[in-house]
Amino acid sequence: MVLRPTFGHVPPFSPGQFNMLYRFGLGEVAISICGDPSRPDEIVHTVRSAGKITSALVRVAPGETVGVRGPYGTGWPLHPMEGKDVVLVAGGLGLPPLRPLLYELLAHRDRFGRLEVIYGARSPKDLVYYDEIQRWRVRSDLRFQVTVDTAGRDWYGDVGLVTARIPDARFEPERTVAYLCGPEIMMKLTAQALEERGVADDAIYLSIERNMKCAVGLCGHCQYGPEFVCRDGPVFSYRDVKPRMALREV
Amino acid sequence: MDELSVGSKRILEREDFPRLLAALTAAGYRVVGPTVRDGAIVYGDIRTEEDLPIGWTDRQEAGTYRLERRNDTALFGFNVGPHSWKKYLFPPRERLWTATRVGSSFDVAVEEDTGPPMAFLGLRACELAGLDVTDRVFDGRVRDPGYHARRARTLLIAVQCGQAGGTCFCVSMGTGPGVTRGYDLALTEIVGPPHHYFLVGVGSPTGASVLRGVPLSPATERETGAAETLLAKTAASMGRSLNTEGIHDLLLTNMEHPRWEIVARRCLSCTNCTMVCPTCFCHTTEEVPELSGDRVERWRRWDSCFNLEFTQLHTSNVRKSPLSRYRQWLTHKLASWYDQFDTSGCIGCGRCITWCPVGIDLTEEVAAIRSTVAASPAVGGHR
Ligand code: SF4
Ligand code: SF4
Ligand code: FES
Repeated sequence: MVLRPTFGHVPPFSPGQFNMLYRFGLGEVAISICGDPSRPDEIVHTVRSAGKITSALVRVAPGETVGVRGPYGTGWPLHPMEGKDVVLVAGGLGLPPLRPLLYELLAHRDRFGRLEVIYGARSPKDLVYYDEIQRWRVRSDLRFQVTVDTAGRDWYGDVGLVTARIPDARFEPERTVAYLCGPEIMMKLTAQALEERGVADDAIYLSIERNMKCAVGLCGHCQYGPEFVCRDGPVFSYRDVKPRMALREV
Repeated sequence: MDELSVGSKRILEREDFPRLLAALTAAGYRVVGPTVRDGAIVYGDIRTEEDLPIGWTDRQEAGTYRLERRNDTALFGFNVGPHSWKKYLFPPRERLWTATRVGSSFDVAVEEDTGPPMAFLGLRACELAGLDVTDRVFDGRVRDPGYHARRARTLLIAVQCGQAGGTCFCVSMGTGPGVTRGYDLALTEIVGPPHHYFLVGVGSPTGASVLRGVPLSPATERETGAAETLLAKTAASMGRSLNTEGIHDLLLTNMEHPRWEIVARRCLSCTNCTMVCPTCFCHTTEEVPELSGDRVERWRRWDSCFNLEFTQLHTSNVRKSPLSRYRQWLTHKLASWYDQFDTSGCIGCGRCITWCPVGIDLTEEVAAIRSTVAASPAVGGHR
C-alpha cells in the first residue's frame, strides 16, 4: 500500500520505524514502514490481512483516505555496520521492516563489507516482494538466500529453517553486525546460532513485536520488561533483551 | 485580611467548616471528596458538609471492607476506599476525538477539555504521592493533554490521617502518613473532646487565597503539638509493612521463583487490584460509531494487564497464563516502574489488598520471595 499525504508533508523515517494506520470507524493498528527512506514523498506499507482492521486496510481502494500517525519507534541503528559484514535475517512478515534497511545499505554499499540476506517463510506462497527478491538475487554485491519450511515439488529453492543457513553464511563473525526480524522464537534461535559462530550479542539487533494502542508510551500495552516497545523499541540489541527472551510470557 | 504566607498554620473551628466549603464554591471550584455510597466511602461531589462521611469509619483487611459508626462526629475519620482521585484526572472513559466522514475522506476534531476547576478535598499523604506518580506518567516525558489540563486547574486540600487502615503501609513506601509537600492546604482534624477543630496548613499562594473570608484563629503550640502527636500515633499503627530494600533486583532476578506459581493458583485475574490502584494507568481505545456511520468517536478506557487480550498479538496473546499476568503486574508496580519513571509505582495505600476478592496481599508475596533468597549474595543491589 502506497500512501501520499492529503495535507502537509511526510516526515522522514528511519528504517525499522512504524506508523499507526487508521481505518475510518474501525481503529488503528501498528504497521512497520517498508518503503525506501530516500523517497520520503510516499509512505509504503505491506499489510497482511489478519484481524478486523488489517483486513479492512488491504481492501482500501485507490483514492480513499487512511489515517496515519508516525513515524514511531527507534529504528535499526546504522552506525554499527560501518566497515563490517552485515547479515539480515527475516522470518515471515519480518522482511518488510528490514526492507528499508536493505535499501539504505544498498545506497551506501561502499561503507561496509559483505552483505548476506537470509529470508525464510512458511511456504512459497507466503513470500513477499517476490519480483524484487529475484532482482536482489542476481546482484553480485549481496547474497540473498530464500528458504521455506515446506514446499511442493514445484519449488526449486531451499527448504528448512533460516537458522540452518547461519553456519554457512559468509561473514567474519568478529566483525559482523546482524539485524533480525520475525517471530520471537525464530529471532532467539537465530541469535543463538550467530553467537555460536562468534558474533557478539551486542552486534545483533532484533525487532520485538507487542500489542500497541497509543504508540507514545502511555497506554501500557506494549510493555516488555521495563521497556515500552513503541517508544524504546521496537529495535533492541540482543544483549539487552537476552535474559527476557529466555523467559516465557514476558 | 492580609493573605496568609505559605507555611503558616491556623485554626479552623469545626462549626466553621461549612465556611471553607462555601469559600471554595464561591471561588468557582467543583468540590469533590469522600462520601458514603453503597456501603463504602467513595469520591463524589461535595455540596454541603452533610455529603461527607460524618461519624463513619472503615475497617479493612485483606479481601474485606466494612463501614462502621464511630463514637464521635469526625469528618475524616477513615482511610482510603475503592475510588482514587485518578478517576477525575484520568477518567475511566473519555472521548479523545471525533472523526466525520467527508466524501472518501474524513476530518478529525480533537476533544477540548473545558470542565470547571476542581478542589480535591481530603487527599491523604499517600494519595498526594500517587498524584506525583501519575504526573510522571501522564505529564512527564509524554504529556497527555486532558490530564495536564485537569491537573493544572485542580486545588489540592490534603487531610492528615488520624489513624492507619488495616492494609496501609505508607510508612514502608515513604509516602506517609504525614502530608509534607505538594498541597495547597493541609488539614489535621482534632476531634476532641472537648475541642473539635482543624489545624490548617497553607501550602501555596492559591491555598492562601481561598482562605480569604474563612474565619481562622492563630494556632497555639498546644494545638500544633496535638496534630504532631496524632500523626506519630498513626505512623506507629500501620496495618502492613513492606521491606523495599533492593526490591527492584529482588523481583527482576526472581522471575521464575516458585512463589509466582502459588499466587497464580489463587488469582482470579478479576482486574480489581488494577482498577482500585491510584497509579495503574493502562488503557485501551475503542471506536464508537454513530448509527449513520458518518461519525465515529474515539474513546479511551481503563484497561488492565490482567485481561487476556491486553497482550493480543495477531491471533494469540503474549501473557496467556494468570501467573505471567500477576508477575507482570507486581514486577511493573514494584520494580520496572523505577526504570520507567524513577519512582515506585506503589504508594502503599493498601487498596489492592482490601479489594482483592481472594485477599492476595502484595506485601506478603514480596516477603515470601525475599524469605527464600535473603541469604543469596546475588540480591542486595539497592535501587
Ligand atoms: S499497588 Fe496496591 S498498595 Fe500499591 S498503590 Fe496500588 S493499590 Fe495501593
Ligand atoms: S490479585 Fe486479586 S484483585 Fe488482582 S486480579 Fe488477582 S484476584 Fe483480582
Ligand atoms: S503502545 Fe501504548 S505504551 Fe506503547
